[in-house]
Amino acid sequence: MNREDFPMLSQDIVYFDNGATTLKPRCVIDSVVKYMSEHTSNIHRGDYNAAVITNKLYDDTRNVVAKFINCNPKEVIFTSGTTMSINQVVFGFMKKHLKKGDEVLLTRSEHASNVVPWIKLSEDIGIVIKYMDLNESYELTLDSVKKSITDRTKVISIAHVTNVIGDVRDIKSIGKICRDNNIYFCVDGAQSVPHMKVDFKDSNIDFLSFSGHKMCGPTGVGVLIGKINLLEKMDPLCYGGGMNNFFEADNSYELKDVPIKFEAGTPPIAEVIGLREAILYLESIGMEKIHEHEMKLKKYLISKLEKIDNIIIYNKNSNSGILAFNIDGVFAQDSSIYLNHYNIYVRAGNHCAKMLKDEIGIKNTVRCSMYFYNNYDDIDKLVDVLSNSKDIFKVVI
Amino acid sequence: MDSDLRREIILDNYQEPTNRGLVDDNTYLKTNTNSESCIDNLDFMMKIDNGVINDIRFDGEACAISTSAASIMIKTLIGKDIESAKNILNNYKNMLDDEDYDSDLLGELNVYDEISKQPNRKNCALLPYKAVVKMLGELEGYGK
Repeated sequence: MNREDFPMLSQDIVYFDNGATTLKPRCVIDSVVKYMSEHTSNIHRGDYNAAVITNKLYDDTRNVVAKFINCNPKEVIFTSGTTMSINQVVFGFMKKHLKKGDEVLLTRSEHASNVVPWIKLSEDIGIVIKYMDLNESYELTLDSVKKSITDRTKVISIAHVTNVIGDVRDIKSIGKICRDNNIYFCVDGAQSVPHMKVDFKDSNIDFLSFSGHKMCGPTGVGVLIGKINLLEKMDPLCYGGGMNNFFEADNSYELKDVPIKFEAGTPPIAEVIGLREAILYLESIGMEKIHEHEMKLKKYLISKLEKIDNIIIYNKNSNSGILAFNIDGVFAQDSSIYLNHYNIYVRAGNHCAKMLKDEIGIKNTVRCSMYFYNNYDDIDKLVDVLSNSKDIFKVVI
Repeated sequence: MDSDLRREIILDNYQEPTNRGLVDDNTYLKTNTNSESCIDNLDFMMKIDNGVINDIRFDGEACAISTSAASIMIKTLIGKDIESAKNILNNYKNMLDDEDYDSDLLGELNVYDEISKQPNRKNCALLPYKAVVKMLGELEGYGK
C-alpha cells in the first residue's frame, strides 16, 4: 500500500527493518523541510508570524496524539523516544513512589529500554525485579501474569508487542488485572502504536511510551502518555527554560503545569511537527487496515518459508508483522549480509532483547519486520534469495 | 589473490577454526569482544612466556569473517615474539585501513586484503585484532 509516498522505495530495495525504524513518507519530509525553510522559529515566546505557525503546529500535535491514542492532550509529553519516556517514568515517578522490596514484573523478551532502567532502580532503591514466565511460543499468558502477582507487586511493565517474537500482549485484560490489584501498568508501545489501534483509556494504562521514527516520523521525538493524576506526582528529569513559572535568588521556584514541566529547553520542534504529519498520515490509511495488511503478508511469508528446509522460524504464531528466523547453521549476521547483497534489508542480532536467549536458546536471529508499504513482491524476493542460500558463502565471502 | 582460493581459506578457517575452545588456566591473558559489537561475542585468551606468544585460544559466536580472522590470526601469531607480533598487527590494521603495508608479513591474513572496500565487514575482520591488541595492552600498555 502507498508505496509511491516513500522516496526511499524508488531505490531498488526491499525494506524489512521496520522494527528498527521506518521509512518516511513525502508528507512528513515536506513538513520538516517546510519548518526549516519557511517558518523556522522557537516555540512559546515568539510574537512574529513564523512563530505563530510553528506554535500552532507544535501545540496541535498534542491534540493529534491524544485523538490517535485516546487520552487527554494534557497527558501527552514529548520526549526523545521510547527509551527516554521509560526512563522518565522509572526515575521521575517510580523512584519516588516505590520502596525497597516492592516488586516490578517484567518479561525476558523485553527490550533493553524496559529492563536496564529497572535494574538501575533496583540498585538505587532496592526494588525487586521478577520475570513472568513465557509459554512454549515465548508469549505471555494472562495465567502467567496472575500467577506472578504477589501482595508486594507494585508495577507491571511490558511491551505491548515484543520486538523479536512480535507477540501481542492482551493489554486490556492485563490493564484490568492491574486496576483490580492496585498495580501501576506501564506499556512499551514502540512496536504496537505504529502498527495497530492502541487505546490508552480503554486499556487502563498508567504510562504508555512510543517513538516517532518507528511510525513514519522523524528520529529524536517520542511520546510519554501518563494518567494526569500520576503525571502531577511525577518529577521532571530535566530542569531549565520553558518549564518554570518563576525562580528567584532565594532559591524559590515554581514549575509549570503538566505536561509543559516535563519539556525543559527547546524541544525537538521539527521532529514534533513531523510526528504530527506522520500520525495524520497513518490515520488517513487506517490502523486496522495496516494491521490486517501486515498479517496477510506474514501468513504469506510463513507459508513460503516453511517450504524451505533450512529455515528455522521462531515465532510462527505471533499476531504481528515481525518474523524471527535463522538459516540453519549460518550465523545471523552472515545471513543479513547475504540478503544485503540482493538489496534486502533485515536486521541480525539479539535486537536489544538480550535475555530472550534464556527462553529461545539462541542469541542471535534474523528479523524481518514488515509495514504497510511492503508487498507480496518484497516477500517473493526474500523467499527466492533464501531458497538459494545453499551457496551463501560464495556470496558473503 | 584468486577469489576461489580466498573463499576456500576463509571457509576452512570458519568451519574448522584453529584453537577454538578455552582452557582453564590462570596464566593466560583474557578478553571478550562483547563491547566491540552487539552481535559477535568471542572470548580470547593468550599465553606469553619469556616475551613469546606460546598460545592463543578463542571461543564464542561470531560471523564467518570474524571467526576465520580469529583462526588465521592465531596461527600467524603463535610462536612470534611480542615485537614481531606487534609488527604483524600493525600491518594487518594498515591493510584493513587501505594504507601501505607489507603483505609478506601477513601470510594467510592476506585473504582480507579487499575487506577495506566493504565497510560493513571491516569491523568483523578487526575483531580478533582488537582482542589481541587489548590483551597486549594489558600486558604492557600497547595500543593505549
